[in-house]
Amino acid sequence: MHFGLNEDQTMLQDSVGRYLEGASELALVRGFVDGDPALAAELQSGLMDLGVPFVLMPTEQGGLGMGVLEAALIQEALGRNVSPSPFTAAYGMVVIALRTCGDSDWLGRIASGEVVMGVGATEAIGAREGAGLALSGDKVSGRASFVMGAEAATHFLLTTGEQLLIVERGGAGIEEVALTTIDKTRHVVNLDLKAASAHLVSGNNHGEAQSKMIDTGRVLLAADSLGAASMMLEKAVAYSKDREQFNRPIGSFQAVKHMCAEMAAKLEPCRSLVWYAAYSQDHVPEEAALTSRLAKAHVSEIAKFVARTSTEVHGGMGFTDLLGLHYWFKRIGANRQLLGGPQAVREEAAQLQGWVA
Amino acid sequence: MDLNLTQEYVDFRAEVAQFLQAHKDAAPNRNDRSVSSEKRLAWQQILLAQGYAARTHPKEYGGYGAEPDALKARIIAEEFSRAKMPGGISGQGINMLVPTLLELGTQEQKDAYIKPTLEGKMVWCQGYSEPGAGSDLAAVKTSAVVDGDDFIINGQKIWTSTAQFADMMFCLVRTEPDAKKHQGISYILLDMKTPGIEVRPLMTMTGHAEFNEVFFTDVRVPTHSIVGNRGEGWMVANATLTHERGMLGDPDAALSRLHSIADIMKQEQLNGASLMDNDIYRDRLVQLQGEAYAMKMNGMRLTTLSSEKKSSGMAGLLVKLQGCELNHQMAELAIDVMGEYGMLYEDSPFVRDRGMWQTHYMFDLGLIIGGGSAQIQKNIISERGLGMPREPKPAKPAAQSTN
Repeated sequence: MHFGLNEDQTMLQDSVGRYLEGASELALVRGFVDGDPALAAELQSGLMDLGVPFVLMPTEQGGLGMGVLEAALIQEALGRNVSPSPFTAAYGMVVIALRTCGDSDWLGRIASGEVVMGVGATEAIGAREGAGLALSGDKVSGRASFVMGAEAATHFLLTTGEQLLIVERGGAGIEEVALTTIDKTRHVVNLDLKAASAHLVSGNNHGEAQSKMIDTGRVLLAADSLGAASMMLEKAVAYSKDREQFNRPIGSFQAVKHMCAEMAAKLEPCRSLVWYAAYSQDHVPEEAALTSRLAKAHVSEIAKFVARTSTEVHGGMGFTDLLGLHYWFKRIGANRQLLGGPQAVREEAAQLQGWVA
Repeated sequence: MDLNLTQEYVDFRAEVAQFLQAHKDAAPNRNDRSVSSEKRLAWQQILLAQGYAARTHPKEYGGYGAEPDALKARIIAEEFSRAKMPGGISGQGINMLVPTLLELGTQEQKDAYIKPTLEGKMVWCQGYSEPGAGSDLAAVKTSAVVDGDDFIINGQKIWTSTAQFADMMFCLVRTEPDAKKHQGISYILLDMKTPGIEVRPLMTMTGHAEFNEVFFTDVRVPTHSIVGNRGEGWMVANATLTHERGMLGDPDAALSRLHSIADIMKQEQLNGASLMDNDIYRDRLVQLQGEAYAMKMNGMRLTTLSSEKKSSGMAGLLVKLQGCELNHQMAELAIDVMGEYGMLYEDSPFVRDRGMWQTHYMFDLGLIIGGGSAQIQKNIISERGLGMPREPKPAKPAAQSTN
């Protein structure tokens, strides 16, 4: 038994981390947020060079054929660097769904770089304002809200709840509404569809594929928040050693030290939880659904605590745009709501265990 | 990451399970707290012979002499817990004194004390804390003054668990009153039957006396009872703190506590509906489940780090703080679920489990305070784990007047 990362996994983590530290530094992220798409494209091609987007892609399609744990390590690095990337949806959730359905045709088109897909799964978890899709023949109508991974999408993978289908971006009958969220490092859109042409994903196990896709998406969002929160903790500790008040570093005051200790003590077990939740997606199937939900809910709570506490340690500077700490704060805030907020996800976990009448 | 056990460990687990099945009758009751009943001592002998107690201690001192293997240690703990059978005798003698003697004791001390301690025939208590030396342990004042071949000890210890039935005590005393705080302490072993020692039970909020106060009045102890040299007691006491200790307990303990609370929630009813059907209580349960899972996985990570002889880092530093807090919160939920019935205690009519959850709730708060309070834990985490600066010492009064 070995609970931890092996040498290959550590190397993957290091190489992606090193690359992003330079390529996704805050000045570049600010550029993306201000509307310059160059960084996202550059990041995407840099990550392509590392093979990162195809981590979950089967080797038959020329992918790396790795597991959700490796994908989670990549996602953690993206979260650490608040990197603009559609990875969660385009190369995590989509690939898991298509892999489960055995749709090698669409997988091949993604592997060739011809297709990049966003994902609309919100209504499969909980619908608001009457959103949801209905399929009639090969035409789909309705609304898919909070569709993820819209940065560079050419297509969207959507669900009616029972069936997974693909629509082409900008196709006839598709009206796209760009949403402005607190987190401007990633793009989320609403799609209003009126008899838009839909390609059904192949295979007849769409229910299973949808569950696995959401489970994986939640693990990845937990990993993203873990990365973002780890960075916020490190920034708080570094700032507290540097910033002086009353002729001493504020990090020598117990009030400040204890805030940092609480962040570290709550956050470090999240790392083990995310590793296990990710590992169980591939290796402990009977635990996969539960650990995905527990990881999503628990890391969301702890990351929220770290986000506010780190901001407080930074004092007034944490509240300004100058340090840019708010990019991490907001990334964590968005991850918390995407694919189900903590209360909703915990209720699903209770249902899974037969705790709901 | 590979959570499958290799064949060696699968076999080992089966071997432990089989042994426990075959020896069900020899085991004393798990909740029997009397440490030295005959059945308990006989059970300890069986476990020593099998290598399920004192597994890695040297053979020459009564141990089993196995190579340290954190995973096997964990498997033993898991199987004993699964079989609901008591493991080997633990306690401060085996956990703290024996490693100290192995590292720093004289040959005479090793020969005299280790074997009977491992066999459970010699019970130890720890004389560290004093009324004026809690978090600031190095401030101990209990004095030991040399008189011929003896130390004469005067002073008081507190929070001394098991003192009421201990045969021996290892304690920190001040032998060099003129030296600096940390350099004036010695580590001394003494017989609890020595004249001049008085043990008074210390009643706590749980209604039980889990601790004692120990008073020393002109207690004579031979000078060869010292471990290490005079003035090195602080170093001797800290030497064994670097060993892994008790941290690698049963990783499933928190989750199994959580599942017993889930059972209570299904049984307890409010206005005819099960408490599990109450959204708010159920959400609290799943919140704690997420945390218990995270702590379990953190524990598994520690097992791997320990078996690879790697530093446990932050994952190790946080265990006491987070583990005690989690247990406390689980007890809190169990009580809230029972409502008014949750406040019933002792042998009250209608009491549930003899008020066990209230006892947990109070005792766990004691654990949050004891053995390095939560605030001290946070200092350690921030200073050793995060490299944050120490709180500056207050300026001496003389220096202040120059300001």
